[in-house]
Amino acid sequence: MARALIKVPRSARRGDVVEISTLIAHPMETGFRAGADGQRLPRSLIRRLSCEYNGALVFSAEFFAAVAANPYCAFYTVATESGTLRFTWEGDGGFAQIETVAITVT
Amino acid sequence: MSRWPRAASLALLVGALSLRHAVAAEPSADARRSGFAYMTPSTQAMQRDDTQNPGMLWVGDGEASWRRKAGKADQACADCHGAASASMRGVAARSPDFDLRLERPVDLAARINLCRERHQQAEPLPLESQELLNLEVFVAFQSRGMPIAPATDERLASFRERGKQLYRQRMGQLDLACTQCHDDSAGKRLGSSVIPQAHPTGYPIYRLEWQSLGSLQRRLRGCLTGIRAEPFAYGAPELVDLELYLKSRAAGLPLETPAVRP
Repeated sequence: MARALIKVPRSARRGDVVEISTLIAHPMETGFRAGADGQRLPRSLIRRLSCEYNGALVFSAEFFAAVAANPYCAFYTVATESGTLRFTWEGDGGFAQIETVAITVT
Repeated sequence: MSRWPRAASLALLVGALSLRHAVAAEPSADARRSGFAYMTPSTQAMQRDDTQNPGMLWVGDGEASWRRKAGKADQACADCHGAASASMRGVAARSPDFDLRLERPVDLAARINLCRERHQQAEPLPLESQELLNLEVFVAFQSRGMPIAPATDERLASFRERGKQLYRQRMGQLDLACTQCHDDSAGKRLGSSVIPQAHPTGYPIYRLEWQSLGSLQRRLRGCLTGIRAEPFAYGAPELVDLELYLKSRAAGLPLETPAVRP
């Protein structure tokens, strides 16, 4: 089950610095822990978050085992033109989630 | 100071202090604090902002479950109850409620499962499962901001009394009762953590230690393990009785579901 909460200002003026925050549901299992049966739980991490603004990469981050479950990530970008922000999370076990959010720039 | 001799101003000061003391000692002065008050500003900010609060992920899932048809009756919660924002408002604030058929109090999770069995003709969801927590937090979320208003049914009184006894009962190898930490030592520290007053204001909560959402029963079981007592099983009547008492103790405090706790 993949779910995400994304906060992007709906509209901004050209040249504004806008804050973008993302929160995604993910167990971020380190691969070092044992389950109730004593067997090691397979690693399941989000490895990378990237954000493209109208096709151009504006932000990316790599995640590792020390990041808590349901990782929150906030960053800034400059509002240049109306369009879409495309968020991509990629991780172990073929995990991939893509969300798009529209932004209007005046 | 010339017009106010020192003795007179001192007397005034003492008078003011004793007045303040009198106000604090008055039973109407509410010294109760939600666990929220003991958290760091950053954790408080996490709870306040719905896009930072991970509990909102479960609320979103719960809304989807609310609309999903289930069971032999092929009915969704929404088919009977309609919009949760109207029909479920206040439900969590007065839970646990008295069930006429079982003739005992049931908490929100049990109520959802009873509804599944009786009306949707569906299998009850396993307690503390993701699916049940989704629905529970979605229903409780509809009461966010409302004061806790325990059900007034007289048949609940004996169960509430039993909960109160349990709260004061020494248990486990450490031989501790809830009241010894949460009344006598609230506000002090246990290791690095502040001991809260144990008001169930935000359940189900997103607990940072769990890295997940969990119910009040999970929290109570954690406390029982902490005092090295054998925890009551999920759904045990003792846990519901305890919740009944805790809710009456917290009556009037606003619900924060989904709360974030360290």
